[in-house]
Formats: sequence, structure tokens, C-alpha cells
Amino acid sequence: MTNGWIDIKNTDMMLIMGGNPAENHPCGFKWAIEAKRNRNAKMIVVDPRFTRTAATADQFLQIRAGADIAFLGGMIHYAIENNRIARDYLVNYTNASFIIKEGFKLPEDGLYSGFDPATKTYDQSTWNYEGSGGGSGNSSGTKLGTQVTSPVPLPANVTHDPTLQNPRCVFQLLRQQYSRYTPEVVERITGIPRDQFLKAADLFTSIRKDGDMKKAATIIYAVGWTQHTFGTQIIRAAAIIQLLMGNVGRAGGGVNALRGHSNIQGATDMGGIFDNLPGYLKVPKPVDADLAAYLKRITTTSSKPTEWQSFNYWSNTPKFVVSFLKSLYGDTATKENDFAFDYLPKVDRNYSWTQIWDSMYRGTVKGMFAFGMNGVMIGPNTHKNIDALKKADWLVVGEIYPDETSEFWKAPGTTTDEMKNIKTTVYRLPCAGFAEKDGSMTNSARWLQWKNAAVPPPGDARLDQDILAQIFLAVRDLYKKEGGKFPDPVLNLTWAYTDPLHPSLSDVAREINGKTLVDLTDDTLKQTIKAGQQLPGFAWLKDDGTTSCGNWIYSGSWTEAGSQMARRGTEDPSGMGVYPNWGWSWPANRRVLYNRASCDVDGKPWDPTRRQVWWSEAAQKWVGNDVPDFKLDSHPKDHMGPFIMNPEGVGRIFGPLAAFADGPFPEHYEPIESPIENPLHPMQSNNPVVKKFTTAADKYGTPADGFTIVCTTYRLTEQYHYWTKNNPMNVQLIPEPFIEIPVELANDLGIEGSEVIKVTSARGTYIAKAFVTKRIKPMTIDGKKVYQIGLPIHQGFRGIKEDEERNARTPANFLTPTVVDPNAFTPESKGFLVKVEKA
Amino acid sequence: MSSAGFEIRAISGHAGPVPGAGLKREFEVCKLIDTTTCIGCKACEVACLEWNGYSFSETKFDNSYQTMPETSWNYWNLIKFNEHEDPDHGLMLLMRKDQCMHCEEPGCLAACPADNAIVQYVNGIVDFQQEHCIGCGYCISGCPFNIPKFSPDARKVFKCTLCVDRVSEGLEPACIKACPTGCLHFGTKPEMKELAETRAEQLREHSGFANAGVYDPAGISGTHVIYVLHDASNPENYGGLPSNPRIPWTVQLWKHPLKWIGNLAIVGGLLGLVVHYLRFGPKTLEEDKQKKPGAGQ
Repeated sequence: MTNGWIDIKNTDMMLIMGGNPAENHPCGFKWAIEAKRNRNAKMIVVDPRFTRTAATADQFLQIRAGADIAFLGGMIHYAIENNRIARDYLVNYTNASFIIKEGFKLPEDGLYSGFDPATKTYDQSTWNYEGSGGGSGNSSGTKLGTQVTSPVPLPANVTHDPTLQNPRCVFQLLRQQYSRYTPEVVERITGIPRDQFLKAADLFTSIRKDGDMKKAATIIYAVGWTQHTFGTQIIRAAAIIQLLMGNVGRAGGGVNALRGHSNIQGATDMGGIFDNLPGYLKVPKPVDADLAAYLKRITTTSSKPTEWQSFNYWSNTPKFVVSFLKSLYGDTATKENDFAFDYLPKVDRNYSWTQIWDSMYRGTVKGMFAFGMNGVMIGPNTHKNIDALKKADWLVVGEIYPDETSEFWKAPGTTTDEMKNIKTTVYRLPCAGFAEKDGSMTNSARWLQWKNAAVPPPGDARLDQDILAQIFLAVRDLYKKEGGKFPDPVLNLTWAYTDPLHPSLSDVAREINGKTLVDLTDDTLKQTIKAGQQLPGFAWLKDDGTTSCGNWIYSGSWTEAGSQMARRGTEDPSGMGVYPNWGWSWPANRRVLYNRASCDVDGKPWDPTRRQVWWSEAAQKWVGNDVPDFKLDSHPKDHMGPFIMNPEGVGRIFGPLAAFADGPFPEHYEPIESPIENPLHPMQSNNPVVKKFTTAADKYGTPADGFTIVCTTYRLTEQYHYWTKNNPMNVQLIPEPFIEIPVELANDLGIEGSEVIKVTSARGTYIAKAFVTKRIKPMTIDGKKVYQIGLPIHQGFRGIKEDEERNARTPANFLTPTVVDPNAFTPESKGFLVKVEKA
Repeated sequence: MSSAGFEIRAISGHAGPVPGAGLKREFEVCKLIDTTTCIGCKACEVACLEWNGYSFSETKFDNSYQTMPETSWNYWNLIKFNEHEDPDHGLMLLMRKDQCMHCEEPGCLAACPADNAIVQYVNGIVDFQQEHCIGCGYCISGCPFNIPKFSPDARKVFKCTLCVDRVSEGLEPACIKACPTGCLHFGTKPEMKELAETRAEQLREHSGFANAGVYDPAGISGTHVIYVLHDASNPENYGGLPSNPRIPWTVQLWKHPLKWIGNLAIVGGLLGLVVHYLRFGPKTLEEDKQKKPGAGQ
């Protein structure tokens, strides 16, 4: 989230799309209700199904799964053509005025300039600003899995046109790009009738009627947006709308991702992704010969109009990297040995989720540790994952229940003979549940909140960190005794915990926050910290090896004053739900990101009733109710951009160079399995850079094969993932799986509600009772009648009812395809093709 | 179950005045359910079970998110779901938390012949005292909301107590505490009525629900559980909420013109008791010493 849960209460307008917070985030959804009750805020819900979120909405639109960019593109078109945009914000805080290089081409035919059909990749050199000069590292986003091109820099001095008239400026290109997304086209692609679309577009953009800047709108989404072969670009489209309308950085505004687990934000922050190190530092690649080359590649230099300023905060990257290396390797990391940079693994290819399973299926990955997740059920293409595990040598599962992963060999359809032939050794380690361990959890709002253990783990169950510590120490002993190919990273890893076999999570949290290794003095703050003391925040980090920090964005969470995450202050002086003394939010306890943009160019709040930060002429610095996300002493006259993490200092309506693999603007592409050809460009129906997987288990269906119904998957409020089917109370609320189908489809099939039906995709079959509902209507897509159905993901073949053999026992991901977004590598679970029959 | 601090206003099947009448004044309490901000999450269902000590019930999918068709003797709080096609607003998913309405004129209490089995406190809570329940089921036919449910095992009738045990200790009912969106409120009747009317007005003026209103039915002199409805003119759409609930005429008849027959019978019974006492001496009531089965302590 750019903003936070409580901040939703400050909004005037909500677009909830690709998410179902009433069901999946019911506690956070109270703030949406507060906004409705206390501010008369309006809520628009766009979803393939009429959900329980839709039940409280002012307007609901039923969209075909996978048509989100067409809808949002139509919204951009509407906002521009009806002048519902924030002109000053757009000119000064975004790259709308930047001129794009000659040779850049919009995708009227489905392809941007530079496409190479042989490799299915883009040469992105024309996706750049016009200008002069240029540093290095600005094309650092070059994606793994695509070819490594020689880095093309962003120009240091960008040509721009503040009148926004130049036909090659970003704003005019944006206008041209979405001129094709008329209400008629939106209707053809999304299935949303034109009048309904226009009503929603008018309502959402009404906050910028007559140029008024006081109101703010928020966009709220979840995995209904990410799980597509163009998921990242859907979120880009939302970001563009919010920049266009001046809603980013503002109370009640922003682009807000709702995270589906209590600590998934923490996992992402800590580098739980193969191409990230903690704090969103990029993982080294084989081309990074040494630390200097690596830092040169990943450290950005500013790129902006000459008369503007850019803070370019990522210019501090070397401080974050060196401090991270010091936290890993301690005294072994010295200036002379590049701070042990060579110890870091260099990622040579894509190791994302679906690739791991694909490699195991192909026999190159031989074993797996599965902790705190049910790998078989998460999918996609569960059959492929089960077959992959059958080929593995070993599997270690750390869980609180025996689950579908640890019992993959019992999957429905496996015969006794087949079971005998499975040679995989499965080690099941009973772990502690959430209430049995302490530690911090980071929520969607980026808040780190410390919790205590309520009860000790039962029986033989152990804490995850104890299991990991014991495995690590045993492996290190083996390296010590037997040597190995490259033992140094393991032998020299710091493990300075009070009890090495049982590391306390407070020790780990202190290590993540970081400490100084020498006496440090900050001249502007006139403050000195002593060697060995906890760092007050990331502003103290050094690139000379004198500081150590496990994750720069978490620096400040455990200072000399103790755990800031354990704070429980309920003061809210501004009344805006900032609660500065409750827990601690990254970065620097800042609650709304880019909050400098809540003020006009002169540093005065757009809305004086919702003052977040402002320029104090008296103090000659930025002050406010929140921690300013800005260079504190930068006078508004200096025209420093509010988006300090971008080299441009401004928000990116145009994503230049390698920022995205599939285009600088979002373009509508059809899901890999779609009932129609793309009406915008039938010759290029799908995202051109998306590659299908090629094993025997990877099959894709087409309407010609009889797969004509659009299917999506989702979660229910009554269950939590694949876990609560072991809890009687949840099972009572939703005792069995079901398949939601429209009344008209049920009539076609000649079935009544609660009759058992069978859903089949190119990959597998799902059997459950039909939930015949008016909440999904048949749709007209590009002139064709299209049915859409949905099924919850919770049930499988292990759980209270499953064990009684009274459920259908088919995981939902038996159906879903292995095909992923080219930027985030998220599988396309929302919007694939099936057929439905009476069982 | 603690009911200390409550003043009793009426007692079922009880001849003579209410003991302690007029001793202490209490506010009338009220639960407000705003169906327009309910998200059907069922947290109230779980909170009700857990507070009252009921565990797992066998349920089955019945083409709905609804947990079961009606409340049951050990499941007092149930959200009723209805997919309603509205001429003005299109499809609506109406969700209403169903439970005892704690009527100002409780049909259950009027119908109950067992002394002390149902009491109504001055604060409006209508509470079943299972230790005095004779299992006749008259309360079931007396209720216009189909709330009291018979337990075949205990052979007694159970229903929502408005968490009388929590309320008497100054706490809100368990369902209120669990509600994540704040669609449930608890307070005095005048406060809740005002809050509900304000919300209904907001719905009429800002959300286009011209018929939004408060459900506090007059036919039973109002209830201590009130609803905000998007369309107060059609409460039946909300899982069969009766538009004009009244105590059934059979019960009215039993309680009024025919009551004197009952009174005669009671007098006759008392006479019999006196004769019995004179002949055989005193008799102790065993069930007075037993704990109420099923309910949490």
C-alpha cells in the first residue's frame, strides 16, 4: 500500500477491483465503511462476481476476468477527454511533460517498437526520454529471463514541454494510446454495458470536476489483478489513473495492494523473491564481475529536466548493499575483499515459483523445503506439481498439520500401485503456529507490529527458527569437516545469536535494524552514536563498512530505545488515523508514501482539512502530521520532485527502458486462454513477451476444443487459505466446496442448485456441488454470449471433511494453467477456460 | 448465568406480582444491526457459539453462503442471505443477522405457562431460564420471528440471551464485540434509535435508497434488536423478516379471555398443593439444583 488501512477512512471515492476486501480483509474493510458512513464516500466495485464487497457498493460492474486493462484504459480515456485531470500535479509531479525519443511506437498492432519475434523480447532502447547526458544503472530493471542488453542510460537532462502540447510528450502519447479505448471498445472487451461504464467513469472522476483538487480517490486491489499474464500492467494502469488525477501521496488516495497473508508484506520486504535481496536491492547477476560493477549497474543517477531537482534516493544504494554484506559476513567482509560480494549467489536465470516446479518436473531440482506454505495447493497446475514431487528425491515439510504437500502421494487419482512406485522421501516436521511464536508481522500498510507468543508449541512441534538454525549449524559442521566446493559463504556467515541453536527473534530483529561498528557523528543532527549501538535509521548507513544492517528499509524498527514495533501508543493528534506511536512503519515510520505530493508546488496542502505535511516558511523545512517523505530542507522553489525513489523525481506515467518487459504503457491483451481474439489487434491477441511452458503437463485449452467458459478462482471469508479446513468452526461455516455458476448456465445444463457438477480444463477436473446464483450473469463479449464461473480454492484432499471422504477432494488448482506475468512471474489463475458438465 | 443488577418486569406463568418490582431502574438496552454495512462475514455467528460454549454443528451446503436454514437450539445467531433483484438498484445481496429480537411484548413469554421459565428484564432483555422450562414449546408458537428452538436432548427450549451474562457485567454482547465493520452497535434504546434514524436518513439522501428506514415493529410495541434496512417497506426480502409481526391470536386468546380459566386451574392446582402438603409434607424441586444444560457457564 502507498497509504494504509486506516487512511481509507479519509477517502471520498473508492475503486475496488481485483480484490474482495469485505470477504478477504474484513477487519480492514471497516475503514471503507467508515469513509462511507462519515464522509459519504462512494464505492465502485468491479469484479467477475457480485461479491460481499459489492453488496455494500454504490455501483457494481460485472467484468470479464482478465479484461481489467480495457476497463482502466477506458477510464484514462474518459478522464482525459472530459478534463477530469489534475493539471498542475500532472505537469509538476509526473513525467507527463517529458519528450519521448523518436522511433518509439505505440502498440496499435499489439506491439511496441523494438519487438524481436524470435526471442519474444523487446529491444527497449526507443522506450526512452529525449535529452542529453546520461549516467549508468538506469536500465537496471532489465529482467532476468530476457536477454541481457548492454545498458542504455536515461538521459541526465530530459527535454520536456510543460504545456503538454508536444505530440511526443508522455501526455500526448498517453492520450493517443487510450484513444482506442472508447466506451464501445470497453463494452466489447469487458462485457460491461456502455451506459454502466460511463456512469462509473463519471462517478470516479467526479472528484476532479472543474479542476477541484480537494477530494481524493483510492484504488484498492489484491491478487485479482496480479494473477494475470499482464498483472503488473493492470497495476500500472491504476497508478497512471492515480497520477493523472493527482491522487498519489494524498490522504485517502493512493494505489493500495491488499496482502493476502498476515506477513506476506514482510516476506517481500525481506527478499522472499528470487531476484530481490532484503529491502528491494537487486540480486547480483553473473555479469556483475565485482562489487563496483554490481553497484554501478544497480545504482541510479538522476534523469530530469535541467531546471528541476531530483533527490534520487536510490543513489544511496552502495550504503544499503555494503551494510547488508556486513550484516551477513561481519568481520570477514572487508574493503579489500569487496565486502565478501563474491559470497552472494549470482542468479543466472529465472527461479520464480513456477520455474522451481518446472525444474523439479524436469528432474533438475531434486529436493524441496516447504515451510509455512502448502506448495501443492498453491498451484498453478497442481497435477504438474504433484508429478514433480513424485520425481524428487526428498521433500521436507514444516507445517502445523499434515497437508496436501506432505501427502502429495495420496492425491486423488493415485492408485496403490502408483503409490508404491513413488520413491520420494518425505520428512514431516511439526512446526509452531502463529500464536506459538513471537516476532514481527508486517501488514499491508507496511506496519511492523511485534507480537508475543501466547502458548508454547504442543508436543514435538518446534519453532521455525530453531529448525533452520539446527539444519544450518549441522551443514556448517559438515563443511568444516569435509570441505566442499565453496565453503566460505557458509563458514563465514555471522551467527551471533545468544543461543545459536535457538536464535531469539529479537536478536534477529536487532540484526535487521543494524548497528554502527564505530563511533559515528552526524553533523547536521549534532548527534553521536557509539560503536555497537543500534542505528536510529537508514540515514546513518555508510558504504565504507562501518555500519551493518540486514534490511535498510527496516532500519529504525529496533533502536537503542528498544523495539519500535512493540509500541502501542493510541494518540492520533491529527485525527487522520496516522497513529505515529503505534508499531512502526517502513520507511522511517512514514504512513503515507510520497506525501510531499499532498501539497501544491508551493508546499501548501491541496486540502487544508486533511493536512499531512507542508512547507514551514518559519522553520525552513517540511513538517507535518506524518513523517515527510522528502528532503526536509528542500525549498518548494527548488522544484524537487516528490517521487524521490525514481531517478526522475516524478511519477512515471511512462515506464521507460527496462522498467517493464512488456511495454511502457499498459495495453490490453487477452488471457492465454480466452473466449475471443483480442478486438484491438486479433493478430496479437496475447501479451507478446509471455512464453508458455512446454512440459507434457503444460496444456492450454481453446474455445475450439470446447473450453468456452471463463473460470476464475477466489477465497471465502469463512476460510483461510488451505489451513482452516482443519478447524471445526470454519468447516461448519463452509462445510463443502462449491462452484458458483449463473442461473442461465444451470438451466442450460438442466441442473438445480446443490447438484454435483464437473468442471474440466485442459489440465484437470474439479468436482463439487453447483452454487446456482444470480450474482454471476451471462455476458456479451465481442458479440458472443459468454458464461463466467467461479470456484473457491480452499478445499483439497486433507482436512476434516476431506478425511471423512465426504468432499469432492479435488484442489481448485487442478484446473489452472502454468503461465506467468513477464514482470512479476505471477501465474494466471484469474481467467482461464473450462467446460462444465453434470457429474 | 448472572443476571445480578437486573430488574425483572414480567415473568411467565407467574401468579401474583413480580418479585422486587420497582426496586431498581435500568436503561432499556438495544442492539442495532445496520444491514447496509453488514458484509456477511459470520464473525457474529462464531462469537455467539464461542461465548455460549457451543461447539461444532454438522452443516451442509445448500446453494447459499448461509450456514443453515434457520437458527437452532445451539446456534442462536445466523446471517440470512438473499439474492434480491430490485427494480431500482438491480441485484442486491441482502444479509441480515437473525437472532432473538427481544420484543417489548414478547410472544414467547405471553405463551409460556411455566412459572419463571421466561423473564423479561426492565432493560428489555427476554431471557429463558431453562431450569424452569417444561419443554412444552408454547413459546415457539408464540414467537412471530421463529426464534425459540427445542433441544430434543435437553427437552427444553433455547435462544439468544442478548448475552445477559455479559451485559449484566457492563460488557456488550459477544456478536457486537466481534463485528469487524461496525455494522453492529449496542447501547440504550433511544441512542440506538437515533443512530439508526441518522443512518437511514443518510441512505435516503446520499445513497439513493428512498425507502431506507428503521425496523422496530409497532405491533409488538417495538423490539430491543432493531435493523436499518435499505428498503424498510419490504422487510420480507431480508430472509423473511415479518413486516408486521404480532403475537399470534391463539396466544392472545390464551393470555386474555381464556387466561381466567388458566388462573382457575392454577388456583385449583394451589388448592391441590395445599391438600397434598397437608397430607404428605413438603416436596423439593430437584431440577432447581441442577445446572442448565447446554449453555455456557
